[in-house]
Amino acid sequence: MAQEHCTNQGECRTGQFTALLALGGLVILGALYAFFTLEHHGHVLTGMNNQIVWGLPHVFAVFLIVAASGALNVASIGSVFGKDVYKKRAPLSGMLALALLAGGLAVLVLDLGRPDRLIVAMTHYNFQSIFAWNMIFYNGFFAIVGLYLITLMDRKLKAWSKPVGYMAFFWRLGLTTATGSIFGFLVARAGYNSALMAPMFIIMSFAYGLAIFMVVQSAMYTWNGLVLDEGVRRRMKNLLAIFVGASLYFTVVFHLTNLYFAKQWDFERFILLDGGIYTQVFWIGQVLLGGIVPLILLFMPRTKDAQKICFCFLAPLLVILGGLAQMYVTIIGGQAFPMQMFPGHEVTSTFFDGVVAQYSPTMYEWLLGMGGVGITFVLTVVAVRAFKFMPQDDFHVLQMRRSTD
Amino acid sequence: MNEHDKPNSVEAQARRDFLKTGALVAGATLAPGVLFYGVAHSRAPEEAASSDKRFGLLIDTTKCGDGCNDCVSACNTENGLTGETGPQDSQWIRKVDIKDLRTGYVQSLPMMCQHCENPPCVDVCPTGASMKRADGIVLVDRHTCIGCRYCMMACPYKARSFVHEPLTDQNPEVPRGKGCVESCTFCVQRVDRDEQPACVEACNTQGHNAMIFGDLKDPESALNKALKAASSIEVRADLALNTGVRYQGI
Repeated sequence: MAQEHCTNQGECRTGQFTALLALGGLVILGALYAFFTLEHHGHVLTGMNNQIVWGLPHVFAVFLIVAASGALNVASIGSVFGKDVYKKRAPLSGMLALALLAGGLAVLVLDLGRPDRLIVAMTHYNFQSIFAWNMIFYNGFFAIVGLYLITLMDRKLKAWSKPVGYMAFFWRLGLTTATGSIFGFLVARAGYNSALMAPMFIIMSFAYGLAIFMVVQSAMYTWNGLVLDEGVRRRMKNLLAIFVGASLYFTVVFHLTNLYFAKQWDFERFILLDGGIYTQVFWIGQVLLGGIVPLILLFMPRTKDAQKICFCFLAPLLVILGGLAQMYVTIIGGQAFPMQMFPGHEVTSTFFDGVVAQYSPTMYEWLLGMGGVGITFVLTVVAVRAFKFMPQDDFHVLQMRRSTD
Repeated sequence: MNEHDKPNSVEAQARRDFLKTGALVAGATLAPGVLFYGVAHSRAPEEAASSDKRFGLLIDTTKCGDGCNDCVSACNTENGLTGETGPQDSQWIRKVDIKDLRTGYVQSLPMMCQHCENPPCVDVCPTGASMKRADGIVLVDRHTCIGCRYCMMACPYKARSFVHEPLTDQNPEVPRGKGCVESCTFCVQRVDRDEQPACVEACNTQGHNAMIFGDLKDPESALNKALKAASSIEVRADLALNTGVRYQGI
């Protein structure tokens, strides 16, 4: 009976919660160490250089930011499209979206050359810059989703949850459009410069965000000794499969378009055939582990126990891994491919023109990137401990079932 | 009276001649200076750059020596760069060797910020630190650059460098700083004194004469006359950025 009132909250399992916090805190400490060291010595200690200007921290940062808007999707399906199962999960979805965005933004800020000038970034806006628009979208996202969470969790404000939910839905579409356009608007480089970047990032955000939501939800159920309703699980599984399939579709269209343009052939050969690490990460990480294998896992008929593992943990975890791989190929691979200033010419210089740029991230970049994950993790742990974020649909049924055991 | 007047009139005539000659000499000496000051005096520090001018540079690759690095060395000295060429070192100007893959024809040319009329670096900069002066020179405001490096992602010429470590022994006229992005400024400190950029001066001093710097809006400038005399190209003309730097001979 004591277990009944102990779903994440109250006095129970405090030790284990503290251990989780300590683990997350340790990761954040690592990021802070990296940040202060880089702040003092400069980016000379990183693997980044004048060829690969955005490195591993950006891979984590952009992934977390994209996943943040995707995590809100669960709430949007509830509030905007009126699906009851998802409505019950809206608070958890909103909270995760905020935690993911906080983690991603922290990495982005800590990796700036002059993080001490953050106030400048907040007071000087060049409205022609999509990056400046992103800052507005990020800050707005915190405000709108924060408000949305309040309307979801305060009974007196419940009526407002639908209009605010609509606002949050359109805002997150705008946010991911802007994030994709950071790359889409880059006219200079063969790997970017495509209007497809914005919708592709949106569809990928659906997949990454839902995958993270499913992992967190499964962890919460397992932590509390509860079992997620099979119907709910099946619905989310199918949704994830649609998103993963759509992400693969966009990837195919993106590369097919490039293959049709003769000037893009060298870039496509680089990514698809002879780009070394980038080719491997693309095929093995993004396509196979992040796309095809999760689809097989999600659709393969299995026994109930095996289903639980594949649907709730393994498939979404692979989608997350694939998402990081995709960001690595997009961000680092796009920079590593040499810029074509003189088509039809072999180019050499002291500034590494005409050669594939070398990049090997150092410990500091790993620490910074993982710090973003750590921040998301700690915020999530604190939030689920302090508030009722446990999905409430099958909760009473399950509690009643347990109390009669 | 007439007897007395005569020598006086001779003296008066001599005095008049002296004054006339003196005035002429003084006028001839001062007039060009006054005229020159009126036409082309260097700007006072408080005076804003004028959009009546657009500074540009023409590079004749046929005169650019293979293996010659004079422009690069001059830039490094003028702007306080180390001249080291590691992946994290700043290079504001670099020599690029290009070889035609079909014909094997080899050329060498300097590459730096192309000072575009529509610079992508200025478009993407979130804080407006990347900016174009009224006279077309593209610069980075060291006070508002947050070191996000988005301009480096956007530049089609790989013209920008990020300062990866603390700097010492800087040229006081060219402030630089760790964590900021920087690139060729056309030696703006020299241009504001009506001098040529260091690279151009070095190229001409060494007798190569491969670089002509000047005002693109002045039809009488040597730059415009050279541009009218032979065809020139913009690198990555497909992007329609209308670069201030043009090349002949590619």
